[in-house]
Amino acid sequence: MTGSDADDPEAPRGCLGCSGDGPPPPATGPADGPGADPHAARRAEVAVATGFLASTAGAIGLAVVYWRGGQPQLEGLFLALALGGLGLGFVLWSRRFMPHQPVVEARHPIASTEEEIDRFRDEFEQGEVILTRRKLLVRTAGLAVGALGAALLFPLRSLGPRPGKGLKETPYGRGVYLVTADNQRVRAEDVNRDGVLTVFPEVAADPEEAEEPPRPEHQADSSTLLIRPSGTPRPQRGRDGWTVDGLVAYSKLCTHVGCPVGLYQADTHLLLCPCHQSTFDVLDGARPVFGPATRPLPQLPIGLDAEGYVVAEGDFAAPPGPGFWDRDR
Amino acid sequence: MARDHLVTRRVARWLDQRLGSAKLARTALGKVFPDHWSFLIGEIALYAFVVLLVTGVYLTFFFDPSIEEVVYRGSYEPLRGVEMSQAYASALDISFDVRAGLVMRQIHHWAALLFLAAMVVHLMRVFFTGAFRRPRELNWIIGITLLILSIFNGFAGYSLLDDQLSGTGLRIAYSITLSIPLVGTWLASFLFGGEFPGPDIINRLYVIHILLLPALIIVLLTAHLGLVVRHKHTQFGGRGRTERNVVGEPVWPRFAFKSIGLMLLTAAVLAALGGLAQINPVWLYGPFEPANVSAASQPDWYMAWLDGALRVFPPWEARAFGYTVPNPFFPAVLLAGGTFALLYLWPFLEARFTSDTLEHHLLDRPRNRPVRTSLGAATVAFYTVLSLSASTDVVAVTFGTSVNGVLVAFRVACLVVPPVVGLTTYRLCRELQLRDEAAGMAPPERPRIRWELLRVWEWHARRRARAAPTDP
Repeated sequence: MTGSDADDPEAPRGCLGCSGDGPPPPATGPADGPGADPHAARRAEVAVATGFLASTAGAIGLAVVYWRGGQPQLEGLFLALALGGLGLGFVLWSRRFMPHQPVVEARHPIASTEEEIDRFRDEFEQGEVILTRRKLLVRTAGLAVGALGAALLFPLRSLGPRPGKGLKETPYGRGVYLVTADNQRVRAEDVNRDGVLTVFPEVAADPEEAEEPPRPEHQADSSTLLIRPSGTPRPQRGRDGWTVDGLVAYSKLCTHVGCPVGLYQADTHLLLCPCHQSTFDVLDGARPVFGPATRPLPQLPIGLDAEGYVVAEGDFAAPPGPGFWDRDR
Repeated sequence: MARDHLVTRRVARWLDQRLGSAKLARTALGKVFPDHWSFLIGEIALYAFVVLLVTGVYLTFFFDPSIEEVVYRGSYEPLRGVEMSQAYASALDISFDVRAGLVMRQIHHWAALLFLAAMVVHLMRVFFTGAFRRPRELNWIIGITLLILSIFNGFAGYSLLDDQLSGTGLRIAYSITLSIPLVGTWLASFLFGGEFPGPDIINRLYVIHILLLPALIIVLLTAHLGLVVRHKHTQFGGRGRTERNVVGEPVWPRFAFKSIGLMLLTAAVLAALGGLAQINPVWLYGPFEPANVSAASQPDWYMAWLDGALRVFPPWEARAFGYTVPNPFFPAVLLAGGTFALLYLWPFLEARFTSDTLEHHLLDRPRNRPVRTSLGAATVAFYTVLSLSASTDVVAVTFGTSVNGVLVAFRVACLVVPPVVGLTTYRLCRELQLRDEAAGMAPPERPRIRWELLRVWEWHARRRARAAPTDP
């Protein structure tokens, strides 16, 4: 927009790269300078004034729209008109009516001269001598400042609890009921063939705060997928009896960066994470078959209680969700 | 009119007697700025930041960063009666029940996108023209720091609203923090106030987003501009332009008017976008529920390279002695750390590899530094491919192909595209130089690049050889 006017149009374009000899390009006069075309100046003046008038109209429009209840599209449009008309006016004003006179300013060396550096050093070292003479004071002062700094780090500990077993354990355990997000216990027949149900461990309702029923889905790390795949799951070593009535349960958290593995492709028995497309084979222990995930989704051992409700038979086979440093410890 | 004039003069004199402002103002208004379209990009970033501040302050009057559960009773029908956090409910209120709230919110978001975009293009301008060389290395470092802070602040900003999309982004951020060896679990706990989703994160992000990072950005921005004044602006070569002068126009009046005009035009474009182009419609995403996720979860554009890196990185992780370095550490922490470390170090690396430690005020034409230009172009190509990789799922759905096929294609592109772009750029620079020579222009001096420094195994021997003559 304002690019080319700095370079003299007659200067060779390629000269951009070479260091220059000769004077800078000459000035170009403003439109109302001596010898300028009065008609052109008049037209330019009208153009600038039109910009400012459009801006005024935009501002009034904005106020009216707001007053009459507001409307986002019109508000944006009128604000743009108010700002744009003013901006265009300023730019045209400067380009047409202000002298364009290239000015040459000399650069001075950034660095100080040797004398200045010497003088500074002399003056500074006066203080330094005083410092070095009292070694005990310097050392104890240093100690005090260091101790203060270290002591001030301690309040940082308040920012969060010690990362303990919570990362590795969930509320699941032997006999814990699986419930839906609405806190309803689940029967085996609630999941159709090729169906998927998101479940959570049942939270014991606290009789003290009976008003609000607990919301199971607030347990971010224990969301679980209850799936009835149409094929036969390949038996996994050490996991006999972890499935019940054709149902398998896996952690819903991707082992990559913990997004919920939300998409189940029933015909291929694949679970797909919509975030980074990690794919897990439900018939083969939820082994990752594609994408960045490195570990299978942890399986949850499940069974049925006497009334036919699905219960957990223990915690997940591994810590659910993304990996961390001491995950296997 | 005349009286008016008199008053302004009297005020100016009153101020001058207390501040000595006349001398200062005269110097300021007489400052010379060279003119080139590429110098405007940094200005656009500055003005986008001004728009961010103005709209952001307005939004703070209405936003409530609380995770307290409330039942929505506002005027957006589809979500009425739904339980949600107070933060998300107040974001809905800003969008539907605060008059002019939606347009402000959308201008704010568009301004953030433009701010980051202008910063990145400004960075490329400075890189490709060699404006980071002595004496401007410190300003380069400040600029890179500003970019990092702004990326974090952008992410913190759109994560505040506690909608389904931003919650997913926070969960990924949590997992990336968790992946850092040794301290990751502690860091994640300190940042979120516990295990994800944590009781404190929205509140803390709010303080970070509206106080901590903006204050740092303002301080560094002031230093950035102060150093531009101290060093005087760089300029391209041309008639009358040398390393010892700066040719341009004084601030007053033409440059000042043009610059104010640019500010108003930047704000006008953002206002038009904010009014007409919908952005981040959080009411469609719904409140964040940890167990849910929506398909096509893409971050804002300046985070896309990280999301893309998470997707294309192969399923590798390191395990030893019972400890794990999880997969996200490599594409997210290591890549980002390496990227910014290399950016910070570039001026010093280039000075070392070219033995060029002189002051430079004349800018390079990119073609005259073919090695730097092609390395830069290859790097830009790499991050562009990574950013596009963040859309593998969208590409696959749009063109009805397999996600796996698209992902494999992007993995290949990450390795193939940068070298091809680099070599093409190198060739192009050479051809342009030949054309310049044919047109009768003397080739500029070119520093010899000391490629031998890449032979790391010779460093020891070379240091000994250098030390030897001083031994008695």
